[in-house]
Amino acid sequence: MRHAEPLVAAVRPPSTLLLREVRVLDPRTGIDGIHDVLVSNGRIAEIAQPAALSAPDAELLEGAGRLALLPGFFDPHVHLRTPGQEHKEDLESGTRAAAAGGFVGVIAMPNTDPVLDSAPLLRSLRDAAAREATVPVGFLPAVTRGLEGEQLTEMAELRQEGALGFTDDGRPVQSAGMLRKALQYQRLCGGVISLHEEDRTLSRGGSMHEGEVSALLGITGIPTVAESTMVARDAALAGYEDARVHFQHLSCMASARAVEQAKGYGWKVTCEVSPHHLLLTDEDVRSMDTRMKMYPPLASEQDRLALIEGLRSGVIDCVATDHAPHARDEKEVPFEQAPMGTTGLETSFAALYTGLVIPGILDLGLLVQRLTAGAGVFDLPVSRIAAGEPANVTLVDLDARWVAGEHGWESRSENCCFAGRSLQGRVLLTVAAGSVVHRERSLAGAVAR
Amino acid sequence: MRHLLSIDDLDRAGIERIIAQAERFSEVSDREIKKVPALRGRMVLNLFYEASTRTRSSFELAAKRLSADVVNFAASGSSVEKGESLKDTVLTLSAHKPDAIVLRTPWAGASELVAGWCSAAIVNAGDGKHEHPTQALLDVYTLQQRLGSIDGASIWIVGDVAHSRVARSNILAFQRMGASVTVAGPPTLIPRGIEALGCEVRYTLDELPSADIVYALRMQRERMSEPWVPSLREYASWYQINARRLTARQVLMHPGPVNRGVELSGEVVDSPQAVITAQVEAGVVVRMAVLYELLAGGGGAASGRALRSAEPVRLQSTPVGGSRAA
Repeated sequence: MRHAEPLVAAVRPPSTLLLREVRVLDPRTGIDGIHDVLVSNGRIAEIAQPAALSAPDAELLEGAGRLALLPGFFDPHVHLRTPGQEHKEDLESGTRAAAAGGFVGVIAMPNTDPVLDSAPLLRSLRDAAAREATVPVGFLPAVTRGLEGEQLTEMAELRQEGALGFTDDGRPVQSAGMLRKALQYQRLCGGVISLHEEDRTLSRGGSMHEGEVSALLGITGIPTVAESTMVARDAALAGYEDARVHFQHLSCMASARAVEQAKGYGWKVTCEVSPHHLLLTDEDVRSMDTRMKMYPPLASEQDRLALIEGLRSGVIDCVATDHAPHARDEKEVPFEQAPMGTTGLETSFAALYTGLVIPGILDLGLLVQRLTAGAGVFDLPVSRIAAGEPANVTLVDLDARWVAGEHGWESRSENCCFAGRSLQGRVLLTVAAGSVVHRERSLAGAVAR
Repeated sequence: MRHLLSIDDLDRAGIERIIAQAERFSEVSDREIKKVPALRGRMVLNLFYEASTRTRSSFELAAKRLSADVVNFAASGSSVEKGESLKDTVLTLSAHKPDAIVLRTPWAGASELVAGWCSAAIVNAGDGKHEHPTQALLDVYTLQQRLGSIDGASIWIVGDVAHSRVARSNILAFQRMGASVTVAGPPTLIPRGIEALGCEVRYTLDELPSADIVYALRMQRERMSEPWVPSLREYASWYQINARRLTARQVLMHPGPVNRGVELSGEVVDSPQAVITAQVEAGVVVRMAVLYELLAGGGGAASGRALRSAEPVRLQSTPVGGSRAA
């Protein structure tokens, strides 16, 4: 059951682009070499030998064998803060940030004000996205009304209005009985149930990972079992009900093991991991920088390594930024008072490329696979670079070095855990649904008409 | 030294310098006119976001004995209750150009943040469950007065370590002065990972007789949102320092205020082993020494992480992933 188009964005005229002598890399089609690529009428019109194509009416972009053309990334977990918290982000600024990060689609979470839990609200949000969104946006309404965990939302009607699935992200479903009802109801309405896993009786009062650093700082810790016991519980429920669940932002080894076991049983579970959990640990919280405060908290080095291994092996299906913007004054407070969340859309590729690909920990093709796979988890087509495919591509300069934040941010908020870090790899151009949605400033000069 | 935010700001020489200065000031307290002009014309602002009687009055007295002007600003009944943020409050009060701000808050790291927002010297008078460095300094001072030195001594810190900023600062300070530290208490009140501070952990008082100094912590019932022990009665039966557990050669300390009959029995509070009132007395002279060090440039910028830059939340510019092996 699903009637409305799943993703919506403002309609833009299709771009006509000739990307000459770019390194085309798509792990799904197996292509990895220098080619000319012609984009027109919303599609990848042609892929040819280098310097073989000419198109007089196309905008010409010289890759010089150096720039890489990748399938456009997909982020299944962002907070666009609309409605109600537009001082942090809105549909326009959030999708502009997504485009700057090379994303060609994002899924917005429902912990807004009011909570996205009814069909009329979903309809109005999708209408707003059709006016304002740079990059196609999908929505996950709440599992329970008001995220209260008491009563299911009208899931069937929400699906007819275009709900991609459901989640109580931010205020997780605590009751196993309530979640079970949602999983049963999924047989009627479909839609993946996406789960923020946190046992509040274990995490209550905590602001960071429980371990040596929290002991040293005197900050109440959140034990990893607050997440992993809920992953194990809900995987078992999904197995019992033969339902589909997706675990959000895995943060620790124990959770990765629980997912691995569930997949081993053949249960229909998928999961995501965020760049910050792959690159940072609780050691980065020592300075009590509030940009390092998020749920789940940055965990230990052992956990970080287990997540990288999970991403490599496929236990973890995809990368999701959990882009969580907060206004400056909300984060400019003592650590324990600060709200949870880091922005991530504009840094995810460069941070992961710098931290995992350059040191040889992860292959670039695999990273691209995981940065695009989130679409498939929600039954959406995954970007591919092949003739005739919809044009969803990202052009990156893998050699460009920059400092995160030095050019400012497209996002309305600047609470990025990678701010100030030296990164390598910069998104130059993003084409979503056939139109250029982002063009890095430096590129303007390189473009000949 | 520009600020005193953590015991980590001081090395052993820095602690010794402050204690030596406190000893010089202790003579002032015995005079009929208990005042020296060292900080005349300087302004000390006490900014307290938590109820405190002894720490605040101790700082106030210390500043006044150094002839500084003192302004007390309590969060209750102020603009804070009207929703003003910590930063806005600090910026507003900074307009009065205080030379030092003595800050107590329920939030770890708040004093470090404030140090980045204004030009005053910041003294951390307790930040959440993190640190309370002047308490640790006055405890070291008290012990040195009593014992001469704590080099090689065994110190047991007993009770609610999880909610105690005093415990964290004292673990660091006692070790820095050459003592070995053991923390003991119910497992629910000993934070996971505390061994990383270099202390031993025990869940019973069986080996308490080996301690030279017994430091009992307050059961911070006001900080407890949930029951951490089955009952205070059971807590007292396992962890109370009483005449049966305390030996004649041991020194007994407590940061106050005491819950008689809970962490300490009435008779040990009044015993000759207890130095609890000496701790209160030491509070004034040690805080005089700290304010003097910060405002009159006592020992210069010699020790520890001394000169801290007055920048806001620092950016780390190490590359992502750094040198970690994966």
